[in-house]
Amino acid sequence: MNTFKQHSILPGFNLALGFTLLYLSLIVLIPLSAAFIRTTELTWPEFWAAVTTPRVVASYRLTFGASFAAATVNAVFGLLVAWVLVRYHFPGKKLVDALVDLPFALPTAVAGIALTALYAGNGWIGQFLEPLGIKVAFTPLGIFVALTFIGLPFVVRTVQPVLEDIEPELEEAAATLGANRWQTFTRVIFPALFPALMTGFALAFARAIGEYGSVIFIVGNMPMISEITPLLIITKLEQYDYAGATALSVVMLVISFVLLLIINLLQWWSRRRSITS
Amino acid sequence: MTAITFPPSSEAHKERATQEPTWVRYALIGLALAFLTLFLFIPLISVFYEALKKGVDVYLAAITDPDAVSAIQLTLIVAAIAVPLNLIFGVAAAWAIAKFEFRGKNLLITLIDLPFSVSPVVSGLIYVLIFGLQGWLGPWLAEHDIQIIFAVPGIVLATVFVTVPFIARELIPLMQAQGTEEEEAAVVLGASGWQTFYRVTLPNIKWGLLYGSILCNARAMGEFGAVSVVSGHIRGSTNTMPLHVEILYNEYNFAAAFAVASLLALLALVTLALKTLVESRNRQHQKQRGHQ
Repeated sequence: MNTFKQHSILPGFNLALGFTLLYLSLIVLIPLSAAFIRTTELTWPEFWAAVTTPRVVASYRLTFGASFAAATVNAVFGLLVAWVLVRYHFPGKKLVDALVDLPFALPTAVAGIALTALYAGNGWIGQFLEPLGIKVAFTPLGIFVALTFIGLPFVVRTVQPVLEDIEPELEEAAATLGANRWQTFTRVIFPALFPALMTGFALAFARAIGEYGSVIFIVGNMPMISEITPLLIITKLEQYDYAGATALSVVMLVISFVLLLIINLLQWWSRRRSITS
Repeated sequence: MTAITFPPSSEAHKERATQEPTWVRYALIGLALAFLTLFLFIPLISVFYEALKKGVDVYLAAITDPDAVSAIQLTLIVAAIAVPLNLIFGVAAAWAIAKFEFRGKNLLITLIDLPFSVSPVVSGLIYVLIFGLQGWLGPWLAEHDIQIIFAVPGIVLATVFVTVPFIARELIPLMQAQGTEEEEAAVVLGASGWQTFYRVTLPNIKWGLLYGSILCNARAMGEFGAVSVVSGHIRGSTNTMPLHVEILYNEYNFAAAFAVASLLALLALVTLALKTLVESRNRQHQKQRGHQ
């Protein structure tokens, strides 16, 4: 009769699920749908014009480009850090392992001002880059630095458990069959890690696209050159351009949802890989 | 009795075959630590260095400034509302999802994760669209003299939104792994629903609950983007600590900005320490359960 839920003797299902759905609707779903409903006040051509002005397109290019570059660097170095933390022993390893999560715990505004101070012309790192003609603070390169910082833990934390679970027998078999260490890594270990690596990359990329706090300090926020999309939304809001801000938010939301879907598929792939292998 | 024994040298050889040469190992460790130093350790140290650069007096003056104190108070109030709300939500959601089988469960899990994938700026904006003057409820709220946007309720709402998933996503996998046998046994033995929860479920999930709350609290206190949209940036009244850092920084009052920032960095370090502690406790707890 009740096909929605399987029978259970445990109590509290209706209360728990009812509260969950009510809370989620009030806090998350209704507010999010507000953005979509408010955009319908614009006609389709108006919406399209609002989200494709040259200034907006420049902000997409910057946001996606910098996020992609940062996520790529994080994929390479995240894999390296995960490898070193799982496979090798060195003094202070536990401390390093705990500190990898710092970008999750450190408020983005703090990260933003710290990175800006470091990479400014007279900063600890900036003073060495300035003579080489490399300017980081107040340029698009600064966005890349900030996004690399905030995306750092994702790849490490998705790859680490998978690497821990790889059975030593696999590598021993490869070695017995005559593979050298590099071949074992590229043919045996890397394929097993690949789904987790892609998941971590996608998570870092998705986080980077929406990032605001750490970026706005280090970047000059100049229209067309160093203005990320989230900042453009704020600018439009401050100019009381609610329709424009909402239209841009809807674009960002749709992109987030697509990425969320991709991440779920990747995680499903990753799980299936680890079960069958 | 003839036991086949391998000479020790073959053991050593096996070790070598599945391990990198020593120089590769050191090079990889060095490269990883160099990357982490550049992107993690130096930024962290620089916060404290910049905060104390002008002396302890300047530091103390910055964090005891009335505006800073009111920002700290507001941050604590917001976290004190957001964390318990999401705690109740997390337990309810995990109870429904982990202990029962129903249709649409995966969709529900995805919906709970949704706030993680929404840009903080958009998270704030959606509340402006509802409660702001131009928003759906704006005119009605204005008539009744209730202010949500550019006031504390808006800050609380935006913070609750961005921290919704933290506790739920810690509890769901934990409670799923624990199964339902223990609770079922309690119910069969005559325990009421609440007794089952307090006596059986809660002791099993307490570390996960604590872990989720710590992460939720860190994000609640540190949220910047979403709060920045709904706060009016009114000094001494609607400024949380991260917003106060921004104002001080934009006024070129760097020492004070880093002083307040160093408090948030300390909070992050305490969070990481507690997290590491809880993780090791959790592992012990699970090992004990495994042995029973």
